[in-house]
Order: sequence, then C-alpha cells, then structure tokens
Amino acid sequence: MIQVMLWMPVAVGLLCFAAPRRAVPILAVAGSAAVLGLAIAVVAGFDTAEPGLQQTVNESWIPDLGVRYQLGVDGISLFLLSLTAVLWTAATVFSALRTPERRRIYFFMLGLGETAALGAFLAQDLLLFVLFFDLMLVPFWFLIGAFGGENRIAATTKMIVYTLVGSLLMLVAAIATAILASDQVGHLSFSLADLSAHTVSTSSQYWIFCFFAAAFLIKMPAVLVHGWLPDAYKAAPLPVLVLLSGVLSKVGAYGFLRVALPLFPQAVVHFQELILVIGVGGILYGSIMAFTQTNVRLIAGYSSIAQLGFITIGIFSLRPDGADGAVLQMVNHGLVVGAIFLVVALLWERTGTEDLVRLGGMAFRAPVLAALFLIVTLATLAMPGSANFIGEFYILIGVFQSKIVYSFVAAIGVVLAAFYAIRLFQRSMHNRKPDGIASSELSLRDVAVLAPLVACIVGLALYPGLILGRSDAAVKDKIAATCPRLPAGKPQPGWTGYAPIPVPDRCSSGHPEISVIK
Amino acid sequence: MTFHAPHIDYAGLSPVIALTAGICAVLVGGVFSARRQRLVVSVLSLTTVAVAAGLCIWQWGEREDLVAGALRLDELGLAGALIAILAAAVVIPLSWREPAAERPGSEPRHGEFQALLLSSVLGMVLLAQAQNLVVLFVSLELLSVPLYVLCGSAVRRTQSLESGLKYLIVGSLGSATLLYGLAFIYGGSGSTDFTTIRDAVGSGLTDDPLVLIGIALAATGLAFKISIAPFHQWTPDVYEGAPTPVTAFMAVATKAAAFCVFVRFFEVALGPAVDNWQPALAVLAAVSIVVGNIGALGQSSLKRLLGYSGVAQAGYMLVGIVCASALGVNALVFYLAAYTLMNLAAFAVIVVRERESGYGDGIKAFEGLGRDRPDLAWPLTIAMLALAGLPATAGFMGKLYLIEAAVDADYTWLGVAIAIGTMISLAYYLRVVAAVWMRPAAEPLAPEGAGMPAMAGGSPEADPLPSLAAATAAPRPGTRCLAILVPAWLMAGATIFFGVLPSPLVDWASHAGGALTPFLA
Repeated sequence: MIQVMLWMPVAVGLLCFAAPRRAVPILAVAGSAAVLGLAIAVVAGFDTAEPGLQQTVNESWIPDLGVRYQLGVDGISLFLLSLTAVLWTAATVFSALRTPERRRIYFFMLGLGETAALGAFLAQDLLLFVLFFDLMLVPFWFLIGAFGGENRIAATTKMIVYTLVGSLLMLVAAIATAILASDQVGHLSFSLADLSAHTVSTSSQYWIFCFFAAAFLIKMPAVLVHGWLPDAYKAAPLPVLVLLSGVLSKVGAYGFLRVALPLFPQAVVHFQELILVIGVGGILYGSIMAFTQTNVRLIAGYSSIAQLGFITIGIFSLRPDGADGAVLQMVNHGLVVGAIFLVVALLWERTGTEDLVRLGGMAFRAPVLAALFLIVTLATLAMPGSANFIGEFYILIGVFQSKIVYSFVAAIGVVLAAFYAIRLFQRSMHNRKPDGIASSELSLRDVAVLAPLVACIVGLALYPGLILGRSDAAVKDKIAATCPRLPAGKPQPGWTGYAPIPVPDRCSSGHPEISVIK
Repeated sequence: MTFHAPHIDYAGLSPVIALTAGICAVLVGGVFSARRQRLVVSVLSLTTVAVAAGLCIWQWGEREDLVAGALRLDELGLAGALIAILAAAVVIPLSWREPAAERPGSEPRHGEFQALLLSSVLGMVLLAQAQNLVVLFVSLELLSVPLYVLCGSAVRRTQSLESGLKYLIVGSLGSATLLYGLAFIYGGSGSTDFTTIRDAVGSGLTDDPLVLIGIALAATGLAFKISIAPFHQWTPDVYEGAPTPVTAFMAVATKAAAFCVFVRFFEVALGPAVDNWQPALAVLAAVSIVVGNIGALGQSSLKRLLGYSGVAQAGYMLVGIVCASALGVNALVFYLAAYTLMNLAAFAVIVVRERESGYGDGIKAFEGLGRDRPDLAWPLTIAMLALAGLPATAGFMGKLYLIEAAVDADYTWLGVAIAIGTMISLAYYLRVVAAVWMRPAAEPLAPEGAGMPAMAGGSPEADPLPSLAAATAAPRPGTRCLAILVPAWLMAGATIFFGVLPSPLVDWASHAGGALTPFLA
C-alpha cells in the first residue's frame, strides 16, 4: 500500500502529459485525493503498540553498491506522511481551481514533489533517503522558477544552491558511514537498521554528523543558514509555498530523528549544546524578525524559523518528552503554516498586496475568512487548548529536563509568538480598511480548501493523543540510542549554578501526570 | 632464422576488421554515389557500426591476448569500444545536414566525413584494447588525426579552421609529450609490453628516475587528450569552433577510449608504482574539478560550457583511476557510459537549435524552448540535470559510484571535492535549464546570408559566390528532423532509466573492473 502511495503522485503527473488539457486539473486533484485516502488508510491500519517499522518493503535495488529499496512506516513518519498528503491535496485543489498556465508541467512537478517528499519519509535505506531528499529540490526549483513572482530565477537558484551544499555533503557522509560500518556489518549496506546496530567510531561520527546536520539545518532552515528563505518565500507561488514551508522544512527535522540520532549517538550528545544554541537562536531571531516585517509571506516565513527552532530543541533535548513534542509540533506547524499561506493567497486575490501596511479591515465583509484565520492564528501562537500548545509544552518539558537554561530562553519565544501572530491577524483583518481594497467573503470552493485544514487543526487540538499515542514508542526507541552512551555519574550542576532536576529513569517518559493527556 | 608469425585470433579481432572494411566501403561508396550520397554512405556506415557493435557484444566475456600481446581482449576494452561505437552511431544522423558534410551549392562530402569518423572510431577501439606502448601510440594517432581534419572540415567557417589548427598543434604537443614519456618508460623497463613493464617496474624500478619521468610525461600526454586541467586550454576553443556533431563525438568517444587506455596503462603497466602516481593524479583530479567548474560559470556559448563541463567531468572520472581499485574502475566505466548518454542528448539538441535560431549555440538560442519546442526542451533538461548529478538520473548514480570508490580507497577528500564541484556546477547547468523553461523566447534573428567565408587554401576570386536568393529560399534545415530527435530522446530516456534502475549498467561496468582484477589490489 505504501508503495502505491509513494509512486502514485508521479504516475498521475506523467499521465497529465497524456490527458487532454481540460482534464489535467481534475486528474491531478483525483490523484492527490487518492494519495490522501491511502494515507488515511495507513493511519487506520497502524498498530499502536508496535514500536518498530510497519508495512515494510525490502527489495534489492543496486546490489553492487549495497543500496536496497527499503520502505517502512513508524510512529514518527506516520503523521508526517498524512501531513504531506493533506497539504498536497490542499495545494493541488487550490491550484486546480485557478487553472495555471502550462498546467501539465505544473501538476507533473507537483506530483514529482509529492513522491519525493513521501519517499523521504518512507525511506529506510540511508541512500534512498538522501536520494529522495535531493530529488525534492528539482520540482520545487521548477515550480518557483517557472511559476513564481518577481526575481524568481535568482531566488530559486539561490535556494537550490544553498540546499544542495548541505545535501551533497550529506551524500558523501552517507557513503562514508556505510563504508566505515561495512567492516562490522560484514557487507556494504546502507540500511538504517544495519547502520544503527553498528555505529561508526566516535571520531568519524563527529565530522559525518556535521555534514548531516548541515543538510538538515539548511533544509529547515535554521538560523545562520536561512539566507535562501526570504528570497525564495517572496518569489514562490503561494500553493507551492504551502508545501515548501509546511512539508519540506519538516524533512530536515525528521532527518535528525530518523538518521542522526540512531546513527551518530555520540556525536549527537557531543554537539547537543551547539544545536540547542542554534535552535534557541532561531526562536529568538525568527520571532523578532517576524514582528518587524510587513510582508505577510515573510512574517509567516520567519515564524517558521522560530517554530522549527522549537522543533529542533525538542529533538535535541534528547528526552522522550521533548522529541514527542517535536513530532507533534511538526504536524501542527505544517497544518498551521499551510493554512496561513492559503489565507495569504486569498488576501492577495482580494487586495493585490501582501504588505501589512496596505491591508486591513477584511473581517468586516468576510467574517468566515476572519473566523477561520483567527483559529489558525490562535493555533500559531500556541494558545492553551490548541495542539501547538501541547507540542510546545512537551518540548519545553524535555529541554527543562536536560538543559534548563535553554528552556527559559525558549519560553520567551512562546510570548513573542503571540506578538507577531496577533499583529498579523489584527492588521490584516481588523483596523480600518484602506481605500482601493475590496473585501469579499470566501467563495464556497475556497472554503472547501481552507476549512478541512482548519478542521484538522481543531481536531488535533481536541485529541493530540492521536499523534502522541502512536509516535511515543518509536520516539523512545530513537532517543534511547543516545542514552546508554551518556557519561554516567551524578548530574553536574550546569553553569547556572543549579543542579539539573534529577530524573529517575532518563529514557522513559517519567511524567505520569502529563501522560494523561495522551 | 625463420620468422614465426604470431597466432591471430580472428574472432577476437573481428570488430577491428569489420570497422576497417567498413571504412573502405564508405570511402568507395562516397566516391561512386554523387546524387544519393547521403543515403548510400549512411547506410554503409551505420551497417558498419552495427556489425562492429554486434561483434563486440559477441566477444563480450572473452579475455585473451591478441596478436602476440599487442592488444588485450577484455571487457574494459570492449566497453570503451562500445561507447565509441554508440557515439558514432548517434553522430552520423546528426551530421546529415551539417554544412561540413553538405552545403547547398557544393558537392556533398558525406563519404569523407563518415569515413574519417569511422577511422577515428577504429583508433578508439584499438586504443581501448592496447596493451603495448607502440600500439598505444599508433592507435592514439589514428584516433586523433581524423579528428584534426574533422574539426576543420567546415572549411567555410573561420572558427572551424581555427579549431582544427589549434587542435592539431595542441594535440601534436600532447602526442609528443606522451611519446617522450613512453620512450623513458621503455628505456627504464626495457620493454614495450604492459605486463612485462609491470614485472620490471615491480622488481625494483618504482623509484627509478627514468620511469618516474616517463610516468609524469605520459600522464601529461594522456591528460591533454582527455582534457584534464591544467592541460585543458584547447578544449573550449576547439569544442566551440568544430562542427557540432564532431564536438559531440570528440567530447564523448575520445574520453571513453583515452580513459580506457589510461586505466590499463596506469593500473596494469605502472601498477607497482601506484604510490608514486596516485597522489599526483589525485591533485590533477581535484584541480580539474575546480578549474572546469569555475571556468564554465561565465560561458554563454553552450558548446564552450560543455567543454568546460567536460574538463570537470574528466576530473570526476580521474578519481576512478586514482582509487586504483576494481571499484574505482567500475565507477569510471559506469560514469563514462552515463556521461556518453547525457552529453549526446545535450549535443543533439544543440545541433538542432544551432540551425534553427540565429543565435548559434549561445544560451539565447535556448530561451523559451520549453514553451515552443518541448520535444527538444525535455532531452536538454534531462541531460543538464543529469550532468549536474541530480537524483533519478544516471549522473547521480555515477557520482554516487565514484564517491563510494573514493571513500573506499581512503580518498574521502576527493569525494568531498566531487561534491563541492557538483555544487559549483549547478550554477551553470541550472542556468541553461532556467533559460529553457523560465525565460521568454528571444527575438528570432534573421539567419545569416550565405556569404563567402574563409577557406583554407581557397581564393576569394576563384570561389563562386552562391546566390543569396537561393540560400534564403532554401528551407531552414533540420527543423523537424526525426533522425536527431529520436536519438536525443533515446539518450535522455536511457539517462533516466539508468538513474532509476541502474543495476544493468552497474553489472555491465563491474565486468570491466573484473577484467583487471588480477592487477588490482
């Protein structure tokens, strides 16, 4: 089933070339809806108790190079797959309603992108993962470059060069991992299971981890390596931006959980503080930038940097709570940011501007739009009651347990999120309506795109255990890899002077009162 | 004393014999057919290459010495031969409307053109199998001399003449250097046979100054042929000036054959001295990757761009030799095959656009191609993405294979060099794809009138001026030429196919490495 899900989008995309022009959007929508159906079926058929992989596929692909075609689903990738399918359906429907020019190549590239994203989440072979990770760039480069706005070619080239710097180093690092491990494994193998069972020596782990971390951090993007983000976000067509921000950024964070933690445990522990600093820096930088920008896209873009900072520190707290929260937050953020960009697209259609200074007063004539946007906004700022709140809460608990200082700084980010999110909502929906701007209610078709996303957000807010209950076992498994190798002994007081709060069993979720929420 | 003629295995030699016979037939056919020359000659030469390819495949798997050890029949040589033959088979249709072979108002010269092309192929087939210093040199010249002529064969175009002359001079310099180096190696080891040299070098000559000088000079000479930096300066100029089908052939086939002999010469004959040449070649590879990729950045002519890109790609492939392992040779042969597919696809599109648009091979000729001519845009796009090494193409698999070989041979830094080179290369490969899909079409230029350009040895007074009216009234050639589109699509399709299912090509390439196993660590 996952194989069908994986290859269907690109197959439908190829079919678009053969289909008559009128039928192309319908075909694309049908294809993405079918993928969504399969994704729901995978979630339904998921065995919650099983921590390992499910629905595995393991075929020989390039035997001479030790590369296998290995796929599988576990609790971490399960909902990222669903997120991919949901956002892709939304973006496809949204585009199909507007029937872009050169639609065949547009929908083909969308399909190729979906296959690549799903492939990255499904791959259980390191090289296959790298391959899909790189493959994702091609369709997005095309989509931005051929269908984007001003200055698109320079922006898209900048994006691909940035991202490939990381991912080509990752390719070298992946090959090095397999070759270094081949002595222990007995043969050349890129299988994640083999490689995590036989990790390479600590000194090799350090540089290999750096290469992988570079790739993942650039993809997110984390602060310091986010240079491609403003240009690419300004130039990208909005449905594409939904995917870029909603799904692609998650692949980087997912890579840390799937690849870095199990394969390079010592290096992860070694570089934990560095990554935490980058993550916290991202939270502060992203939040501050988000409430100084007036371009709506950039507000959402910088807020993504902040949110991904949260996700990063959640993973690198190296505590099951933090990582659980990170997985939940990945899905939350994808849904929220996708909805925001769709709203931005709708605003642009009504007003022809993406500048907050020239927006305002939309709520008066468009209450449904405003109401939907309000829900999204509240979710973005992690209002208690939203799934984002639970995600950030878990993340902060995780960080609190391991490195208390960072959690204090990161908590500021939660407050800052309220600033930029409410500012975004107020200045677009409330205030006086500037002259020359029309405000009109959502058409029924647009409701059909936006409402399901908002429904997902609300649904998750009511029942976050849907995700947490399934991801917990797999997350513990990944975190456990970094635990036994931690230096034993009494917890040292940190440089804050306070001793960390002792946790009896470091590798289990030791908070029964929180587990109730699940 | 009686002379004992060596035993000759005619089956093993059959591809060479078939090609030689074919060349004669093509020459004769060209002379005796004036009116339907193109058809007659092309049928003859395509038959020849088909037969030669068939014989190569028939001999696949045989491993033996031919003609008293002058040639070595094994999968490595046959792989090189097959690549050269494939290139020729694609280039022949590309050349059908090439002014070098057919110009309105003058006699067609398909016979000469294709006979020269096939002679070069013959040189390549011999070179890929050469196992003797003398055969190496003779076949290298057999490969090169027809190419010198072909480069200058568009006699009415100054750049073509210039490119032919330049190639002749630089090529001769390379050959001379190589020959000098071979002489040193012969002087040091006392033999011209690769295996005997290996034994001699292995028994205490690894640090012999004569042999070391010989190695350095021979490497330089061969580096000229495969355009490794810093011996690459001729490449962009010659590529740009030569008729495009010839450029395509040169870029692909010469590299394949020269790399095969490079491998055989260094891994077999000089194998025991590996510690001496390995670091030097590693540095050459790294320099070539950097110089080629940076040089290509500023190019606006696509042929020059591919010339520089060829320098960089040669650097990648040299990594396969540096590894001095069976894995390295496999990776090299795989990459050669992939490189052949993607470059031929790109050049086929260039040939068409060069004739259609007034911009020649400038990047402007390709703007808006995605909208106007998707049938041309796709092969070019696939070729460029593959050359850039993006996933799901043979180029990615080739780089993967090479990096794996490099890391395996403890040359991880060369793997990183390949990755860095690839990053730089994206800037110019993607510029081409961006022009194809993301820019509006450039204003069409009026095609240049058929004036009276230069001609070596011609005189302006004696050469009749073709009437301008006749030239402009003639239909624009090559616009919907299936004979070019079909190979372009086949090559691009194969690039994708071997990117998704690389196993067949990997198996094929691993036979080549297997052929050298006794000599490799």
